[in-house]
Amino acid sequence: MQIDIPKDKWQGAVRTITIGATSNDGGSRQKTIKIGGQKTMPFMHFENEIPHRPVVAVEIKDHRPNDWSPLLLEAWKDVVDDPGIWAKAAEELGADLIVLALSATGKEGNPITPEEAISATRSVLESTGVPLIVEGPGQVELDNVVLVAIAEETKGEKLVLGICEDNNYRTIVATAMANEHLVIARTAMDVNLAKQLNILVSDMGLPLDRIIMDPTTGALGYGIEYGFSVMERLRLAALQGDNMTQLPMIVTPGYEAWKTKESKVGVGVPESWGDWLERAINWEVITATTLIESGADIVVLRHPESIKIVKNAIDELMTVSA
Amino acid sequence: MALSGIQIYKLLPQTNCKECGYPTCLAFAMKLAAKQVELTSCPYVSEESKVQLEESSAPPIRLITIKSGHHELKVGNEVVLFRHEKTFLNKPGLFITVDDNLSNDQLMEIVKQVDSYKVNYVGIELEVDGFAVLSKTDDEKKFCEVISTIRNVSQKPLIFISKNPKIIEAGLEIISNEVCMISSANSTNWEEMAALAKTHKAVLVVETETIEQMAELTEKIKATGVEDIVLAISASDLSSNLSQQTKIRKLALKNNFKPLGYPTIVYASSVTTATQAITKYAGFLVLEKFSPALVYPLLVLRQNIYTDPQKPIQVQPGVYEINNPKPEDPVLITTNFSITYFSVANEVEGSGLPAWLVVADAEGMSVLTAWAAGKFDAERIAKSIKGFNIAEKVTRKRMVLPGHVAVLSGELEAELPDWEIRVGPREAVDIPKYLKQAI
Repeated sequence: MQIDIPKDKWQGAVRTITIGATSNDGGSRQKTIKIGGQKTMPFMHFENEIPHRPVVAVEIKDHRPNDWSPLLLEAWKDVVDDPGIWAKAAEELGADLIVLALSATGKEGNPITPEEAISATRSVLESTGVPLIVEGPGQVELDNVVLVAIAEETKGEKLVLGICEDNNYRTIVATAMANEHLVIARTAMDVNLAKQLNILVSDMGLPLDRIIMDPTTGALGYGIEYGFSVMERLRLAALQGDNMTQLPMIVTPGYEAWKTKESKVGVGVPESWGDWLERAINWEVITATTLIESGADIVVLRHPESIKIVKNAIDELMTVSA
Repeated sequence: MALSGIQIYKLLPQTNCKECGYPTCLAFAMKLAAKQVELTSCPYVSEESKVQLEESSAPPIRLITIKSGHHELKVGNEVVLFRHEKTFLNKPGLFITVDDNLSNDQLMEIVKQVDSYKVNYVGIELEVDGFAVLSKTDDEKKFCEVISTIRNVSQKPLIFISKNPKIIEAGLEIISNEVCMISSANSTNWEEMAALAKTHKAVLVVETETIEQMAELTEKIKATGVEDIVLAISASDLSSNLSQQTKIRKLALKNNFKPLGYPTIVYASSVTTATQAITKYAGFLVLEKFSPALVYPLLVLRQNIYTDPQKPIQVQPGVYEINNPKPEDPVLITTNFSITYFSVANEVEGSGLPAWLVVADAEGMSVLTAWAAGKFDAERIAKSIKGFNIAEKVTRKRMVLPGHVAVLSGELEAELPDWEIRVGPREAVDIPKYLKQAI
């Protein structure tokens, strides 16, 4: 029987974005990463070619994160004491990108200084060849001080600087423009808020192909359905031709999943939750793959085992079958 | 796809006899299209038109029911491709495979575990739907022994898996008063399988390599009088499964293509296959083995994805007393989004420390979302505090704000001058530590 498969013919496409710069382009990366460029909903290979695969970014900290789940610290072992060594280990596990998430405090408990932030960034850049995302500690004044220092120090590397939010984006965008970097624009699970922030950031003069949007998500069991649907709606809007939604998307399933009780806590929980390690990894993997299938271009992960499983899933999803 | 009023009008007698209660046939057709009247109101509609109209009003994806004991599982009837367009309606059934190669002890252990498995998620009890009995040995006696063992322990619905009609028949013979599912009919055994499905009123899984073969086979099977069909298309990887499932859903919904207008079934051996089955359109999900550490997150995912996006689950705003608080105990405030409430309430309860939990009406949004949308600001919080008269219950007016809205503490001090405003942790999981150390 001949069947006429209904195919969507979309007007719009997601922008293609390049992260990182090699020595030919004024940076020091061994390779760059291209994301975006889709003209279909996720993995609809039968409708159109999918130019770039979603990528896995691995989150590391500038020093040992004592508030992380013991399962993560056990898995990474001593590399967590040095950002350069940690980044190298992540790269060897298959990280397409590294996310260096700076802490609010330095090793001695002091507020992090620009010098400490630069030194952590430098050591990651020196030990790895993949492009880098650097995120401030999430406190407005501290973020601006450290991100500006890093942006100037690494001019031309095409780093991704995060996080721009509606209450703090001007300083980060300005330094990204001046020093040839990209930014992450984060909003709270809402299509219109996402569009609005993209407009504000691009109005400052930063080209749209240097903005990655983070629509945020909840973890599995903690609001993932909102993240899932907001991402599907943003991607549909992009394909329908809405310019301000045509940006690749980054989400942080690792961060979200590892703050849930299901992943963080191993004792005193219901027996029906099952084995702690298996459950925690499933929590991260299910959160990540659900979001990849709703349109994520970059997923930021934490556990080595999750990185492996999610990368395999992406390989399968990018297989073009008959 | 439902017919439009004009398409329906063309199938009506067009005599404007008014006996249906409407002034014209067109008016009646419009009401039919809107599903506000029944076709039976028209005494003169031809048999031929009746058949066409009934077919067009059938749901694009057939509703399939399997049941046993007091269990009833309904799957299908879906109407959208994306959950935000309306909602996903009937949660995919989750089944655990047991095979006839297991020792009796192993079998008993698994069946008991699965049957009694219950897990609480935001106040809802989640459980596994049933068992998929797999004939590995191709021995009728062994197959029947497994079924009897399951039925001694559990009344949950069953799927029988074998390509051999004799095995399936033996299984069907020993059960009674239940609708089970048999898997599967293919291009070689379909006549015998269809006959079994018809005789025993079982739901029939049809398995092929491609959707073209599937459409041909379901038509042949339907012609024998079997209507309760479930589709199993072989997929070698996540990509082909996703495109097959999407094509089937699109053909059913957009083209009203009847040969594929049935729910699908996915057999999963990995966490990623199972995840995709739940988010992308499977009607039944059969897991290779039982592990609570996988079943729990999958049940939660199913619950999340099948939540009606128009109706976030809310809890009643008000004052909740946790661990018998006394007048000197702290007042915590949060929003009435169910997940937010349950996260906070569970943590406070787990800490063993008493507290008054004030749940403000934030239109069912979480703390950050509600704050961003202006539904959880100082004014609203002050209104809740005053409205619920919490001040009369406590001697020490001390309120703990969620860490995510620390910025509100200044405004709140102005709104509630006689209260001491404290900033709590951002995440619920850190509440016990906070209560122990800071309060």
